[in-house]
Amino acid sequence: MTLTGSKPATEGLLPLSDVQREIVRTAREFAANELAPHVAERDRKGEFSREPIDALGRLGFLGMLIPEEWGGNGLDTVTYLLALEEIARVDPALAVSMSVHNSLPTQLILAHGSKDLKERYLRPMAEGRMLGAFALSEAHAGSDPAALSCSAVRRGDAWVLNGAKAWVTNGGTADVVLAMARTGGSGSRGVSAFVVEPAWEGYAVGKEEKKMGLRSSNTTEIVFRDLEVPVANLLGEEGKGLAYALGALEHGRLGIAAQALGIASACLDLAVSWARDRQAFGQPIADFQGIRFLLVDLAAQIEAARALTYAAAAKKDRGEHARKEVAMAKLLASRAAMDAGVKAIQVYGGYGYMKDYPVERYFRDAKVTEIYEGTSEIQRLVIASELLDG
Amino acid sequence: MKIVVCIKQVPERDARLRIASDGKSVDTAGVATEINESDQYALEAGLRVAEKVGGEVVALLLGPDAAEEAIRRALAMGAARAIHLNDAGFQGGDASSAAKALAAAVRQESPDLVLTGLQSDDAGWSQTGVILAQLLGWPSATLIMEIEQPEDGRIKVKRELEAGWFQWITLPLPAVLTIQSGIYPVRYATLKGIMGAKKKEMKKMGPADVGVDGGQVGAAGRKVELKRLYVPEKTAEAEILEGDAATAAASLVDRLQKEAKVL
Repeated sequence: MTLTGSKPATEGLLPLSDVQREIVRTAREFAANELAPHVAERDRKGEFSREPIDALGRLGFLGMLIPEEWGGNGLDTVTYLLALEEIARVDPALAVSMSVHNSLPTQLILAHGSKDLKERYLRPMAEGRMLGAFALSEAHAGSDPAALSCSAVRRGDAWVLNGAKAWVTNGGTADVVLAMARTGGSGSRGVSAFVVEPAWEGYAVGKEEKKMGLRSSNTTEIVFRDLEVPVANLLGEEGKGLAYALGALEHGRLGIAAQALGIASACLDLAVSWARDRQAFGQPIADFQGIRFLLVDLAAQIEAARALTYAAAAKKDRGEHARKEVAMAKLLASRAAMDAGVKAIQVYGGYGYMKDYPVERYFRDAKVTEIYEGTSEIQRLVIASELLDG
Repeated sequence: MKIVVCIKQVPERDARLRIASDGKSVDTAGVATEINESDQYALEAGLRVAEKVGGEVVALLLGPDAAEEAIRRALAMGAARAIHLNDAGFQGGDASSAAKALAAAVRQESPDLVLTGLQSDDAGWSQTGVILAQLLGWPSATLIMEIEQPEDGRIKVKRELEAGWFQWITLPLPAVLTIQSGIYPVRYATLKGIMGAKKKEMKKMGPADVGVDGGQVGAAGRKVELKRLYVPEKTAEAEILEGDAATAAASLVDRLQKEAKVL
């Protein structure tokens, strides 16, 4: 079974505008025609390719949230997530490249960058001519980014960066990297954000990670050795980097929630189709209550997570404080993706465990949605602080 | 150069279809739709010609309000404007009454070239394009696989024949071409195209607006009446004829004569 059809998963749940429905159609057609035929092979080979992400850029999917003034399409978060969910439904590994680019470096440059930085980086990024990456985590600073130790020391007209960044999505292929480094004392206030070009001397791509899932996304270590960053490429104010980064993480979290929903709905669609076709004891397994209830519970779980995700995004689009809802959406959508992977394999039975069928790939891809952009534990901390300490 | 591309909205390829309660039509409630496949190729071909020689593509669609979705798609892909033949008087027709309505709209536009898909994926008559050419009195060619740049009021096209054969022919303009699926890769509507489509003209027209007699179009003008639409019945009966080819053939003829009574 292939995942085609133009009816968005969100149809019926959300009142989509004509523009949103058309954008979903383009995303879905592109995914079905250009991504679906190659996604299993790219996963098997663990091979990243720039072509699909560049093609997304040509269609306008890399500048969705950027105003037209800066070469983007000026769309809202809801519309962006609708498109991202469609891409993730077919190719979750490509979706994370798209999510990182749209949610983090472009958002940060838009919010805090000078006119010069916007002209040099934001415009080409919005037009899909430059791919962005975001370098915050370090080997010993994941959930606790304030512990990062990568350093930036002022020397004349430049900041000199030294240190290593871990698990950078698009790390080996990006044209622009937004990197966090320590310019001051310890803790969150000593961190600044820099716009870095990988072509500069002193920038090296380190180890390319071999991952359980999202195998065709490019995840690398990056290493700075006396990397000279012009003063003009300091983003916003010195010492504000971590505050900026944490501000953008909400967009990042919604992006991962949408990616998780894409994975979950693909698993559900595949499992439903399989249950209708697969015969056991003289009837389709979809006629057994054990399978029916399993699929029903999954469908309800996904729809609830989807409703929450788009409601949180809409709240953010209205400019309201949505930190709690975003964390809840990320927590529940990633859980739904994981549950969907497990259940889809169960419905497929022995076939589901085989690499010839797509559900084991979705299962492997699902796990990381509970880890990156804040683990589920971090989401719970965020929700708890909003719920109990506010 | 002005190019009119006729498009039709049809149920999506892998839609799950149900027969409506009248027993003569498909229940379209909740069915996702798309631009008929070969019409998408016709649109792509039209856009390519217009991009090469300059000019505009006008999308022309006959259908109900819901077909606006197909029109928006055509505009998002690059058509400059659209004409929507949308009136109760246009509904319930056949290929010939549809062609009459389209011909009236085309005459008002007086384009240099009209492109249609080879056939529709729902009714599948493969007639609308050629009847349209006949009504207009323009030269036409079917099953077009390639279009060369028009020159000196003529256009050279490649037709698909049987068994892997092709034919190049040249037609004087204006002409009507019916386009084969696969002629060129169909472009995606870009986000800029989708957002720009909102500002493009979509003109809704009825029989009087295009100057056609209401008795000629829609249900009133049809020559073919669809009596019943049904899903072929599945039966569990199958029989394998034993013996060598000659014996089996003799047995088959015997049964066709005596049991099925079709020979």
